[in-house]
Amino acid sequence: MNIFDMTIHELHTALKGKQISSVEATSAMLKRIEAVEPNVGSFITVTSEQALAAAEQADQLIAQGECDLLTGIPLAIKDIFLTKGVRTTCGSRILHNFIPPYSATSWEKLRDRGAVLLGKLNQDEFAMGSSNESSAYGITRNPWDTTCIPGGSSGGSAAAVAARQAIATLGTDTGGSIRQPASHCGCVGLKPTYGRVSRYGVIAYASSLDQVGPLTRDVADCAVMLGALAGHDPKDSTSVDTPVPDYSATLSQGVKGLRIGLPKEYFIDGLDPDVQKAMDAAIDTYRRLGAEFVDISLPHTDYAVATYYLIATAEASSNLARYDGVRFGHRAEADGLLEMYTKSRSEGFGSEVKRRIMLGTYALSSGYYDAYYLKAQKVRTMIMNDFIKAFASVDVILTPVAPTPAFKIGEKINDPLQMYLSDIFTIPVNLAGTCAMSLPAGFSASGLPIGLQLIGKPFDEESILRAGYAFEQATDWHTRKAAI
Amino acid sequence: MKYQPVIGLEVHVQLLTDTKIFCGCSTKFGAEPNSQTCPVCLGLPGALPVLNKKVVEFAIKAGLSTNCSITPRSIFARKNYFYPDLPKGYQISQFEDPICQHGWLDIAVDGEQLKRIGITRIHMEEDAGKLVHGELSGPGDGSGVDLNRACTPLLEVVSEPDLRSSDEAVAYLKQLHQIVTWLGICDGNMEEGSFRCDANVSVMPVGSEVLGTRAEIKNVNSFKFVKQAIEYEIGRQIDLIEDGGTVVQETRLFDPNSGKTRSMRSKEEAHDYRYFPDPDLVPLVISEKWIEKSRRELPELPEQRQHRFMKELELPAYDAEVLTSNRSLADYFEAGVAAGGNAKSVGNWIMGEITRALNETGTVIEECPVTPEQLAALLALIDDGTISGKIAKTVFDEMWRSGKTPHTIITEQGLVQVSDSGAIEGLIDEIMAASAGQVAEYRNGKDKMFGFFVGQVMKASKGKANPAVVNELLLSKLKG
Repeated sequence: MNIFDMTIHELHTALKGKQISSVEATSAMLKRIEAVEPNVGSFITVTSEQALAAAEQADQLIAQGECDLLTGIPLAIKDIFLTKGVRTTCGSRILHNFIPPYSATSWEKLRDRGAVLLGKLNQDEFAMGSSNESSAYGITRNPWDTTCIPGGSSGGSAAAVAARQAIATLGTDTGGSIRQPASHCGCVGLKPTYGRVSRYGVIAYASSLDQVGPLTRDVADCAVMLGALAGHDPKDSTSVDTPVPDYSATLSQGVKGLRIGLPKEYFIDGLDPDVQKAMDAAIDTYRRLGAEFVDISLPHTDYAVATYYLIATAEASSNLARYDGVRFGHRAEADGLLEMYTKSRSEGFGSEVKRRIMLGTYALSSGYYDAYYLKAQKVRTMIMNDFIKAFASVDVILTPVAPTPAFKIGEKINDPLQMYLSDIFTIPVNLAGTCAMSLPAGFSASGLPIGLQLIGKPFDEESILRAGYAFEQATDWHTRKAAI
Repeated sequence: MKYQPVIGLEVHVQLLTDTKIFCGCSTKFGAEPNSQTCPVCLGLPGALPVLNKKVVEFAIKAGLSTNCSITPRSIFARKNYFYPDLPKGYQISQFEDPICQHGWLDIAVDGEQLKRIGITRIHMEEDAGKLVHGELSGPGDGSGVDLNRACTPLLEVVSEPDLRSSDEAVAYLKQLHQIVTWLGICDGNMEEGSFRCDANVSVMPVGSEVLGTRAEIKNVNSFKFVKQAIEYEIGRQIDLIEDGGTVVQETRLFDPNSGKTRSMRSKEEAHDYRYFPDPDLVPLVISEKWIEKSRRELPELPEQRQHRFMKELELPAYDAEVLTSNRSLADYFEAGVAAGGNAKSVGNWIMGEITRALNETGTVIEECPVTPEQLAALLALIDDGTISGKIAKTVFDEMWRSGKTPHTIITEQGLVQVSDSGAIEGLIDEIMAASAGQVAEYRNGKDKMFGFFVGQVMKASKGKANPAVVNELLLSKLKG
């Protein structure tokens, strides 16, 4: 077996049994990155030297008998996570020269458990996009079909897992940015409940929606990663202080008697037939495994995209004000303060980011606030209530992740509205603040992966992980490998 | 036409917390630029604010001391604007649902009847940094940004437009200043900007109920400037209206050198701050229990203490007011009384000798070298006749200088008052013998000569003779 094909569990067993050293594993990954990167473009920065140094340290720990599940495991993380001493761009030209003086809590937690950082992954600029085409550092290609997009905004994180350039990766999800690329690239992607994982040191796009999560080869790895990431962080007031369960312990409890909701608003006429087919097959699988299905309604689903594009852009317009050229990042040559601001930001930000800053600024403006931002907040509450009501009668909700498999590069880049609609099934989960996971559930006629979304109750990641694990045990979609 | 000024004040109170409002950096004044900063107060990407609980406690104290109700669930908002001293491009403040609302202060101007001034709201917010111009080393004449002050906690206290004159405005401001310093939540230093004020001023014809257009005056950083700025602005607006013009809504800057205000930006140029709830901070929930705990921990406020001094210690109103002008002074006074001093005498000495000495040496009452206990001991020595009031002043100066106790000083310098009639009689006899002419004059009816003899005796006793005994003995001896 190739090292780069391994899961966290498999590599951990090999490291612990001293069949492989972390340095060997890390070198193998770096070689793999070098080999496939020209065809994929998952990375913005590869940190070879630091990776090998960290691997050596991990090997010393392992030699001393200290081999945690993540010790010596080579990972890569989205370039939205601050990494002390390693350039962090967030996919934007405005941060082309930004070397952070501190690290994100989520990355620190993985590093403290011995994980090795291979590099920083490509993404849509400031996590704004669904195709990874808005990155200032080149596009990322889908490893299953390099003429297609990998999804976004954590496109690099999904592509790197699918192209076996990292054992697992970290992404962030504001409106589907982990789940949609995971679905398009055939890997497992989890968006935890808002507040489950610290946002400290993660470059903010829309603060009330952003959440950190893992992308992995299988559900068992996802449980390990979530266990490492979850927990209260005193540096993030919105992180919640509730106990972190042992997510791996309950994985194999099965789905017998599990009540799965099927929201009628998600199984619409326009759904791609291949996606519909995959969903039907998944429902059959779950039935065979003993789960019960309940037809439910999430009546305000139609308003989710509009609501999201008011709240997310409003928050973004404020969050991105700090990129002003004064203290860090790109500063344009200019005469005077106003020109420094306008030129730095005009040169530094790409067009999608500018579009969203303008949308958000407008939504918050005096005289428009009530009609846009405030109304959107009210609708958000209604969407939350939809889920609360639904979860009174079901344990998890099953939906497609995206209405179609991965689309062609360039296909929607000039049609923002079509692009925005690719997140129609993932956005409501962020607005409701709850958790959801994407897992491989089949392929389209043209061989592109199709993902299944399991939505859980707030802070009940255990149920969706358990349901996902059961599905994985009954299918082999997750074992398929992109031929790259 | 007669005009009625209408004034409302917005006061920024810098809080005396050790650390900043949303991070753990020190709030100390005067450190090396940007040395007291971290990712949070630098506004680095990914950094998040965490509320300092002490700031909330101080805000609750300020609210309770100004008769405000404390909002059970208050929220933080972002005030968005670009400026180089504002690292995040927004200031975290409170907009809807501030922590304190609907309070008041009763003020008095020139002994007139008390007047109630409404307090609309008190909210918490972070301060901005500071721009440094023309002091940078290296090429060019650029400006620098010092973010040590960024994220320093402030309270903004907003009054209702209830003030009707510059004197009322100053009285209100002084009272607010006294309360926040008394509570120990602000050092009250107006020069360093720890307590700063913006004034909203408008005028309307007397009897009108429609408020005139207001101008907001910034940068009035002393009680004197507040009075000057408001008076200038009232005059300016009246002149403008009388000349057929109209007042425009604008922000004006006070220039302390000229005593005038000048336009800074018009309403059209005003920012649209795009306030919205800060998603990085959860709503601040304050329980009834927390409020009650704060209420119990509140010190006795100046007004209450003043009344107690009048009632229990029978001080005149004036003395009680002066002695409660700041908390340390009132504490000093009470310690003196507790050590056995007579309230009226302790008060007189504090308002007299001690205040004089403090002023002469530029000392604050907290660092007064004479302790309240020593002062009480000194007063006891006057009361029991050990020393005269006059000698006591000499002793006090020595206490101030050397830190010695009054007993030590009078023993070392032999300053104990002489009341022994035998010793005094001896002195009188000697003086009368040496001044036969003056004795004769006195006996021939020149009563004024009595003072001469008193002076001679006091001089001979080096001031130590008990004046009452001297008077009595002289009278009988001179009669012959």
